[in-house]
Amino acid sequence: MVPTNYYVILSAILFGLGIVAFIFKRNIITIFMAIELMLNAVNLAFVAFSRALGKPDGEVFVLFVIVVAAAEAAVGLGIIILTARNRRSLNVERANLLKL
Amino acid sequence: MIEFLTQYAYLIVPIVKIAILVFVVLTVDAYLTWLERKVIAHIQARWGPHRVGPHGLLQPLADGVKAIFKEDPIPANADKVAYFLAPFITLMLAMTSLAVIPFGPQKFTILGYESTVGIADVNISLLVLFAITALGVYGIALAGWGSNSKYSLLGGLRSSAQMISYELSLTLSVVGVLLIAGDFSLSNIVTQQGDGGKGLLTWNIFPQIIGFTCFYISAIAETNRVPFDLPEAESELVAGFHTEYASMKFAMFFIAEYTSMISVSCLATILFFGGWLSPFPAGWTFTHYLPSVILIPFGLWVIYDGIRYEDLFGRILLPGVGTAFAGIGAALLLFPTANEIVQGPFWFFAKVFVFLFVYIWMRATLPRFRYDQLMSFGWKFLLPVSIANVVLTATVILWRMH
Amino acid sequence: MTAPIVIFFVLAAIAILGAVSLILQRHPIHSALSLIVVMVALAGLYLLLGSEFVAAVQIIVYGGAIMVLFVFVIMLLNDGEEERTNFSKLATFAGIPLALAIAGLIGAAIVHSSSSLPVATANATLTNTKQLSLLIFTEFVYPFELTSFLILVAILGAIVLAQREN
Repeated sequence: MVPTNYYVILSAILFGLGIVAFIFKRNIITIFMAIELMLNAVNLAFVAFSRALGKPDGEVFVLFVIVVAAAEAAVGLGIIILTARNRRSLNVERANLLKL
Repeated sequence: MIEFLTQYAYLIVPIVKIAILVFVVLTVDAYLTWLERKVIAHIQARWGPHRVGPHGLLQPLADGVKAIFKEDPIPANADKVAYFLAPFITLMLAMTSLAVIPFGPQKFTILGYESTVGIADVNISLLVLFAITALGVYGIALAGWGSNSKYSLLGGLRSSAQMISYELSLTLSVVGVLLIAGDFSLSNIVTQQGDGGKGLLTWNIFPQIIGFTCFYISAIAETNRVPFDLPEAESELVAGFHTEYASMKFAMFFIAEYTSMISVSCLATILFFGGWLSPFPAGWTFTHYLPSVILIPFGLWVIYDGIRYEDLFGRILLPGVGTAFAGIGAALLLFPTANEIVQGPFWFFAKVFVFLFVYIWMRATLPRFRYDQLMSFGWKFLLPVSIANVVLTATVILWRMH
Repeated sequence: MTAPIVIFFVLAAIAILGAVSLILQRHPIHSALSLIVVMVALAGLYLLLGSEFVAAVQIIVYGGAIMVLFVFVIMLLNDGEEERTNFSKLATFAGIPLALAIAGLIGAAIVHSSSSLPVATANATLTNTKQLSLLIFTEFVYPFELTSFLILVAILGAIVLAQREN
């Protein structure tokens, strides 16, 4: 079968790609999607370790992480819709003043 | 040759089963469109298609040929990825949902590989079906978006919002069945309904009548059929999200809609009506002759009708079809082992046919909901009733345990 | 080259390609589609690890609800493609290697410390859903109730935020 290290390395690579996307993209929604990618990478590490140690506790935690990500996405996108209505742009570089 | 086949039997047997299933489902889809047009026409006191072949039986073939040869215009500035991906996603997901449905109880061994009547028998087949339904929203949203047209975008978003709203009550109305069965696997749910061989009385429809009603209504809303078909109705937003699609891609949406109708009807029979179980108690073995009792008179009637048909092609084709049906019925009488094998799938297809007929019947008789009525019905009525069903079922199960 | 390793590499390649496509696409809707591909690939990896329930929940909740929310918001707030503004060349040339170095460091640290773990995820048994649910409702019931409350708060917050100003 597949060694646990392979899953952990894949999780680290996905996390790094999430960080790169978070830093370099300018659309606020794309940045938010990079956060979701990072959460998914962490979920993969959780499940891999849960299987390696033989206990299902890690998978229970993955369910909680998914739930928290859902709640965060809902509220975060609500805030994004409001700020986009006011500033008329989704570009984060245009949101560099407190004044609209 | 045989050794090669035996060594790779775990690959070859599923591929052959998939090919057979896809062929059968596409044919059933095509003749479902014929059946729909005929039934709606007869309810509306007119004939349906009756020119293209005897009784219009070759009409689906003519429609297919038209779809292949029609011009396929692509709207300007359409988002290429989304526009081309949407019909594929919808069709692919609709077809994949048929892979986990068990059609019968037998396990048979071919080339040393044991398999069931059904493509895959997984532990979580019900969850797989929900996952596929959940992903089905993307096909419609991307179709609306990719057409670069306001009507399509609005129709697509409306239809996606409707699908998401009814998906919740669809999932929750099934939880009652899961609590009773204790397992996600569809074959185990059917087997558990057949405990004791009492036939009709142990099916899940009796404890779960509320669950069944919620499930069926949500399923009609999920597949965008009347009375919930506002987003794709012809008199509303032109044709909704598939306005800008022509010929082959439109045919893909069409096939996907009928395939998901079939899949949802299969799911309703498995979860609530006992799947491939016979409604008669197991002791009444004389009911095993029912397939022959139906097929032989039907075949003879088709022969009788065909001999007196108006044109020559019908006078040849219809008696041939009738002889085939009567021949199958007679063969089932003569070979008892074949009769036993046919029992499970026969009852399954009979029940699925009844559900499909109810779908078509509703299309001919019911008016459609307005969009805000549709959404408030889904959120304010169906969802609370589904949750109440779950709570009620759990309470009854706990009470019975003590 | 046994079958599980081949499947792992195929799914891992799909996941990494999806993540790279998320970065390289210009229109946010294409980035969203790439992220959906990543999530489905990860669900496949969870199936390979034997947790069938988590794989199904990942597709139903993440792929079928959260990403649908993202896709809806992108379609409604149609801002178009990203503009190309180059603020600093240093950021591009030093930033990407730095981010990958962080990932490499994290990965190397974990791999080094987990070398005492069992060498392979060798359990051929699937995680029973019954086992998971027993854990959730006995040992983890407090986090379960808290997350239910969190979702309720999120629903209320989203409704309040999305109201029209009267």
